[in-house]
Amino acid sequence: MSEAVGTARVKRGMAEMLKGGVIMDVVNVEQAKIAQDAGACAVMALERVPADIRAQGGVARMSDPDMIEKIKAAVTIPVMAKARIGHFVEARILESLGVDYIDESEVLTPADFENHIDKWDFKVPFVCGATNLGEALRRINEGAAMIRSKGEAGTGDVSNAMMHMRKIGAEIRRLSSMREDELYVAAKELQAPYALVKEVAETGKLPVVLFTAGGIATPADAALMMQMGADGVFIGSGIFKSGDPATRAAACVKATTFFEDAKVIADASRGLGEAMVGINVADLPAPHRLAERGW
Amino acid sequence: MKIGVLALQGDFREHLVAAKSAGHAALTVRRPEELAEVDALILPGGESTTIAHLASTFNLMQPIRDRIKSGMPVYGSCAGMILLADRIIDGSDGQETFGGIDMTVRRNAFGRQVDSFESDLDFQGVNLHAVFIRAPWVEEVGATVEVLATVKTAKGSHAVAVRQGRLLATSFHPELTGDLRVHRYFFDQVCTGAIK
Repeated sequence: MSEAVGTARVKRGMAEMLKGGVIMDVVNVEQAKIAQDAGACAVMALERVPADIRAQGGVARMSDPDMIEKIKAAVTIPVMAKARIGHFVEARILESLGVDYIDESEVLTPADFENHIDKWDFKVPFVCGATNLGEALRRINEGAAMIRSKGEAGTGDVSNAMMHMRKIGAEIRRLSSMREDELYVAAKELQAPYALVKEVAETGKLPVVLFTAGGIATPADAALMMQMGADGVFIGSGIFKSGDPATRAAACVKATTFFEDAKVIADASRGLGEAMVGINVADLPAPHRLAERGW
Repeated sequence: MKIGVLALQGDFREHLVAAKSAGHAALTVRRPEELAEVDALILPGGESTTIAHLASTFNLMQPIRDRIKSGMPVYGSCAGMILLADRIIDGSDGQETFGGIDMTVRRNAFGRQVDSFESDLDFQGVNLHAVFIRAPWVEEVGATVEVLATVKTAKGSHAVAVRQGRLLATSFHPELTGDLRVHRYFFDQVCTGAIK
């Protein structure tokens, strides 16, 4: 019997199982339990939620391994954790801890301003952020087994998530309509590997699961992104920076499943208490936009 | 046949494609009235905790249990296997299942995602390539349960595909490989076969 671990199929297959679900950022065991009880399909362990990273500044890094171990012991759903862009040692640590997915995340302070992690070299799968198709395909070329549109983390403003989902979708649709002999130039323009560009042109979709992230704060935001073609939703600050996290978390899960049913979303939106205090992305000076990290 | 696929969370689209490819009508099931429409049901891969949570929030738990009791054919892959088990080990606190198969299933039995694997196995005399993702295994079965496939690990030999009457469960994901033989076995033999 041939048996293989860490294959592309096994790594990408894991993301397939998360589809239609909500992945929630958590910084401690209590939050992880609230997320699981609300129906999250996975949790993402990190040091501070994006809104706090924004507010407090400083260098944001991988979480303390003790915290990750505690979260792993507290829930039965998959546990993801964030590593700094290019910080392959943080990634090795997370892999050794048995984390189920690593997010090479622009929300943390980048460790390398030129190179991302060579993700083929790991058994554990990676999710990476993208603002457009070229960026998504570069990450997949490096071994990412799942992509999330970046949005603008920690703002509660969904407009950038919307822009990135539209952009990725529009570029995929454009490739699908091109002649084969035009794909070479398309690959050059997208700054993406030709083989992946050709694959997307033929299949009309990314070769991996596409979630959305960054600024999703309400059930309506979650449903909006699902209607824009997301396979699922990451919610970071939106839940644990709001007035009633448990209720809001469950409401976002419901809205993600029933994203086409306005009545269910309306019911889920009732009595949620205060949403996180938002920041308009337009008010953020360019160097403070996390979506611009990643190359 | 009208095949329903429980579409609360997980890779339900792949099962819809498999049912259509086998020549059946495939419908998503998210509401009790949609469940009432279908002849058979597929429980997809995904997170069993999430699917059970949503099934109870949207009043599907009891209707699905009732249909299982009245003989509706059901196939569950991975999370779906967990949901068909009468007993589970390592579930989340108070985790509920639909039940139906007299078996004990251990969740995340092979380990975490880094231990997920693909492997060839013998399914009823057919060589099948199977993908296991944070997969459960069957710890023990009652007398009426037929074991269709097993996998050997360092910890011993474990059942990974079982059938009890019109209920079929695999801990692997045939929907991820595009190989329709497990689905065909369900449609052609489990759905139409006599109840054992």
